[in-house]
Amino acid sequence: MLVYYLDLAVRSLKRNRVLTTLMVLALALGIGASITTLTVLRLLSGDPLPQKSARLFYPQLDPSPKDSAITSKGRLPATMGYVDAMNLLHAHRATRQAVMALTRAKIMPPQAHAHPFFSDGVMTTADFFSMFDAGFQYGSGWTAADDESGAQVVVIAGFLNDKLFDGADSVGRMVRLNDHDFRVVGVLKPWAPQPRFYTLGLGGDHYGDGDAVFLPLKAARALKMGPQDTECYQAVDDFSHLESAPCQWLGLWVELDDASAVAAYRRFLDGYVREQVALGRFQRTDTSLLDLMGWLRDQHVVPDDVRLQVYLAFGFLLICVVNTVGLLLAKCLRRSQEIGVRRALGATRREIFVQFMVEASIVGLAGGVLGLAFAELGLFGIRHQPAQYAHLAHLDLAMFALTFLVALVASLVAGLLPAWRACLLAPAPQLKAM
Amino acid sequence: MDILPILSTLRRHKLTAGLLIMEIALTCAIVCNAVFLIGQRLHRMDMPSGVVEHQLLQIQVADVVKPVNPYARVQEDMALLRQVPGVQSVAFSNQVPFGGSSSNAGVLLDPNQPQRTLNGTTYFGENLVSTMGVRLVAGRDLRPDDFVDVDVALKGLQTGDSKSLPHVTLITRTMAERLWPGQNPLGHMLYLTPIVGLRVVGVMDSLVRPNAYDASTAQYTMVIPLRMSADKGMSYVIRTRAQDRAPVLAAAVAALKKADPQRIITTQRTFDDVRDHFFRDDRAMAGILVGVVSALLVVTALGIVGLASFWVAQRRRTIGVRRALGATRGNILHYFQTENFLLATIGIVLGMVLAYGINLFLMQHYELPRLPAIYFPVGAVALWLIGQVAVLGPALRAAAVPPVVATRSV
Repeated sequence: MLVYYLDLAVRSLKRNRVLTTLMVLALALGIGASITTLTVLRLLSGDPLPQKSARLFYPQLDPSPKDSAITSKGRLPATMGYVDAMNLLHAHRATRQAVMALTRAKIMPPQAHAHPFFSDGVMTTADFFSMFDAGFQYGSGWTAADDESGAQVVVIAGFLNDKLFDGADSVGRMVRLNDHDFRVVGVLKPWAPQPRFYTLGLGGDHYGDGDAVFLPLKAARALKMGPQDTECYQAVDDFSHLESAPCQWLGLWVELDDASAVAAYRRFLDGYVREQVALGRFQRTDTSLLDLMGWLRDQHVVPDDVRLQVYLAFGFLLICVVNTVGLLLAKCLRRSQEIGVRRALGATRREIFVQFMVEASIVGLAGGVLGLAFAELGLFGIRHQPAQYAHLAHLDLAMFALTFLVALVASLVAGLLPAWRACLLAPAPQLKAM
Repeated sequence: MDILPILSTLRRHKLTAGLLIMEIALTCAIVCNAVFLIGQRLHRMDMPSGVVEHQLLQIQVADVVKPVNPYARVQEDMALLRQVPGVQSVAFSNQVPFGGSSSNAGVLLDPNQPQRTLNGTTYFGENLVSTMGVRLVAGRDLRPDDFVDVDVALKGLQTGDSKSLPHVTLITRTMAERLWPGQNPLGHMLYLTPIVGLRVVGVMDSLVRPNAYDASTAQYTMVIPLRMSADKGMSYVIRTRAQDRAPVLAAAVAALKKADPQRIITTQRTFDDVRDHFFRDDRAMAGILVGVVSALLVVTALGIVGLASFWVAQRRRTIGVRRALGATRGNILHYFQTENFLLATIGIVLGMVLAYGINLFLMQHYELPRLPAIYFPVGAVALWLIGQVAVLGPALRAAAVPPVVATRSV
């Protein structure tokens, strides 16, 4: 029977080519717009480290004095000062912990006559790599002892290794950074979580290839490499001694294995802050320990514009569906006589209903296929936009499937009313009118 | 007009008429809000800078080897750049309007007040005002004897020696009005720290911050007489004639590279590029909104065409009867046009309410102002026009139905 309905539907759609094209086109535009914006939203609100994000936490505290106007917005500072970050790091209360700041490193290639260039770098501590699941192609990270001794060692990203050493095992070789030699101890496998969650609040790009060099914090600071972003809660005269300045410029991440560890760390953090208040260093006792996804939300990783675009696209889709309802209804009312004949010849209401729904879903599927093309076109447009995430916008399998789901649901919703009207038509008056 | 017969006809097509009204209402609501958003973006992109943008170039240089005397390096570079044909004036600045990265300071009116009065941006460097073409509305420009070397000033800050710090500043009109409403700002003191007191010697008409993300604070700008040394992040600002910009930029970069092949030119662009780059997200969003609004209007228009065609086809016989009874082509044409106008009006009224609701939602979740009333008539006129254009084709077809149809059986 379904084959018969399909045949009927195709015949009916062919009879009114212009109307059919209009319906399919409108639906496809709506679906294309919705899928494009949804893909971007999903990309932006994605989990950068799905296997680990639930175990990574970002402690925050507030060293600024009570009368300071700087944090009056009721938000804790995004970063920490050196003293507090080091105190918390050295307390070793978490399974793993690392502090970090971003920097710009000038790299001098070993090749003769090559020009120096600037790359993004991270100044951090030993646990960074194991905590963030950054795998090594060659070598390994540095040790906590290297952190303390200020050893001039470096871990480089695979893409920098390709550029400097043609992808060879470069462990033990020297890289010239800001006019000082650093010994390569490890080369990372491709590692670029998107968004680059650890750069939030540190002043770096949120998307993209990731950092080229990873340096021990102490060694980098000894060479006066500065952080990308510094927030000071008091006037500062000398930015070269950031370690003792009333400024925040370090992010601390900790790995906590279960709920009891999280609760224990929270208690530890609160205790630490109260201790600082007792010592007279702090005046505020607020703390926060957000997990990775919570931190992304807190930092508004998904721009407002993107959410607005999603609303806009679904508003558009809604209008397209209403449009399709209207056109399908018009078509079905024109076919009142045909329906009358079919009913007189013994078709049940159910059969008429199914027939019209089949017709609607054919429109929907065609709209879905075309919508897919529009979505690809839309994403092509997105990739040529100036946003940092632009080049990551691609249609994946899940969104591909969702396109057809949305198309089918939209068209079935659109077909419901016309099909219902059609099956309610009384056959006798229609036959009389003939 | 014969509105009553139209209404009685529409009552017999409640469902299709209702759908059309709903479509028009939704479109009207979304179009009103989207056009409002577009207007907001365009308004932002139009933010005045206070400088002669079409005549300015920016070049940023990073030295690989730190120069022995970084002050002399700047003076040499500036002399070199002045010799480039077409260059009218050169300045050396820590930041540029709409450049993004900025140096800012809390401003105090009393050296001992605990909370700052406002946060302003600080431009440092020589020749800034004259090169960038900033207009002074009161007082004087900074003089060479106002200037202090940045290292000397930093040392002064550390030792608390206020003699080696700059003593004067220029501020914008907007900032002066915020600090001393209704007063003549010349001669007033402001403080960046308890020991950095600056006397206002000149008032600038306008000079925008590099980080002008918020229009209300975009003009909180000071120019402070600090002589900067060659360091990364500093920019040479070159003024030239608008039509000479491309060759002058190329020649200036070549001259700087020739003087020291080792250094890296990190940025070279015109100020038009600076503005383009700063507002690129707004432009992209405005573009997307324009695209969606156009697509929406087209889809709605096609929907009206489809439904109107269907109605015309359905009423062919009735039209024939009316024509046979003496209705002119014009009567038939007007009938369909009036019908569409009525439907559009109902849709628009509903759409206004919906538009207001959407705006309330957006205001709650995003930092958007209230939808100004001016956008309601804009949306209404747009949809009336679209409706009339869309219905014209089917209405003309209806008017062309000959009276003889009435005498034929279907």
